[in-house]
Amino acid sequence: MSRSNLPAYGEPWPKSDLTRVPHSVYLDEDIFAAENDRIFRGPTWNYLGLECEIPNPGDFVSSYVGTIPVVLNRAGDGSLHAFVNRCAHRGAMVVREHRGNCDNHTCIYHQWSYDQEGNLVGAPYRKGIKGNGGFPGDFDLADHALEKLRIESYAGVVFGTFDRDMEPLGDYMEKPVRDRMDALCGRPYRVTGYQRQIVEGNWKLYFENVKDCYHGSLLHMFNSNFGFFRSTQRGTSAMTKGGLHSILTTYGKTDEELGDTFKDIATHKPKFTLEDTAVIDVVREHSDGMVTTILTLFPTFVLAQIGNHLGFRHLRPKGRDRFELVWINFEYEDDDDFHREVRRKQGNLLGPSGYLAMEDAEALEIANKAFVGEFGRGTSFIEMGGRESDDQDHLVTEAPIRGFWRGYCDMMGIPFED
Amino acid sequence: MSEAAGPGRENPTDVAVDSAVERAIEKMFYRYAKCLDDDRLEEWPSFFIESGRYVIHPRDNLEAGLEGYWIYCDHRRMIRDRVLSLREANIYNIHYARHLISNVLVLGHDGTAYDVRANFVVMQTDNEGVTHNFSTGEYRARVVFEDDEPKFAENIAVPDTYLVKALIAIPL
Repeated sequence: MSRSNLPAYGEPWPKSDLTRVPHSVYLDEDIFAAENDRIFRGPTWNYLGLECEIPNPGDFVSSYVGTIPVVLNRAGDGSLHAFVNRCAHRGAMVVREHRGNCDNHTCIYHQWSYDQEGNLVGAPYRKGIKGNGGFPGDFDLADHALEKLRIESYAGVVFGTFDRDMEPLGDYMEKPVRDRMDALCGRPYRVTGYQRQIVEGNWKLYFENVKDCYHGSLLHMFNSNFGFFRSTQRGTSAMTKGGLHSILTTYGKTDEELGDTFKDIATHKPKFTLEDTAVIDVVREHSDGMVTTILTLFPTFVLAQIGNHLGFRHLRPKGRDRFELVWINFEYEDDDDFHREVRRKQGNLLGPSGYLAMEDAEALEIANKAFVGEFGRGTSFIEMGGRESDDQDHLVTEAPIRGFWRGYCDMMGIPFED
Repeated sequence: MSEAAGPGRENPTDVAVDSAVERAIEKMFYRYAKCLDDDRLEEWPSFFIESGRYVIHPRDNLEAGLEGYWIYCDHRRMIRDRVLSLREANIYNIHYARHLISNVLVLGHDGTAYDVRANFVVMQTDNEGVTHNFSTGEYRARVVFEDDEPKFAENIAVPDTYLVKALIAIPL
């Protein structure tokens, strides 16, 4: 493939203040291949699943780390294990189901069988049949386990890493992320359902999108037209891990500090009114008045509270130009019927058909469409809120996007031109 | 959630259904499809009674015993709200939609409504003229007659296609 005049992998990035993003970073085959080694097999903690999805011994869920298929499994003694879902024999996917329960996982191809920790426990005819065939005498089941990941969980969310020297998960998150995880996942919760969408575009387009404060009230016109969120509401953006992770938060519009400043500004009044306002009437659940939180943990995890709607999102690259987004919605186990119905109705806001979300897929697909023709010759301009990538006490900024690229370039070993 | 969404409820009564009723319900589905395909979204709520529910409950969640609704409209006011939002706020892919509805089966009458199943295929033709299969699945509907017109007391779209291509704006 002919290359653009902008960075292919290993070539320098245009500006060290991260205010330019070369579109080739979304398209380059070498960059995508390097991401597998440097990010997904590198020093990152990757979302695998939830403890509440696998409460019983033998329960498992299938997941991905980047494009690598993995299984998260609870063993008989209650311990959690994760392993690559690729048979040690001929490479077939051992586990085909999204979730289930079993004692052993048997590959359908030649019936190699693995226990709940990924250890090989059986390989048919390994000693041959009536003196014929069989594996060589030095064949040892113990040499052919599925590749294992190190795992840790926080607030019931399980992460895995291929990096044996990886720092503890809590240190990787840093305190602000842990605090938000505690605030939203500190009570027992259960999954209410999954939503999946496939989007034509590079996975990083989505990770930028959930760090992009600028687009919220512009692309998602439901916010302003129906009065769910105005740009004048108080919001903050904070980053951890040198910008790789971020937390965007908005606070209720009834906060006293807002006062009467904006009440007479006509453009801030919603143009339309829903007949059933339960979809946008936020029942206050947090003492600090937090109305929305969008937390991203590099590379592929999102935790979002939008009003009373609660959900995780898992970003799964499917090649350099496509990604799958899995929405894992949840409620608290001790929710009463009222809160359950509020969350159910506010579910209309999120997911591939969400009033506040459907636009993202369209915006990212038309970006991809415009990049792809010239192999990523253009650059993005990222200067809203200045050229810094520090924490802000407002949302009129692209600082978290700059912070993300700073962390990304660092992890990928991409140098800067200046 | 009413029982109609649950699995294993295929033959609620042995009551023979009048063929005129079957025909009326079948024609309603055809009109429903045409209404959506013609982008006459404002008329879509009128296929429901005031307490009528519209839900998209994808098959993977349904079979796992999970809600996981993509769209949840508990009554016709919420159905009208979705139309208002699509018209006045949401931005989505430029496309034509084509709903093909078949295999309309009136399973019986449970005392309040006809229990109906129908298959659907929704094709989309994108902004470059390319057509693809966007979604296929089953409607699980409860139909009542209001002023001799069949209307949905409930229409639950259960798509087999649980991976959404980009986004879903026009209802199934």
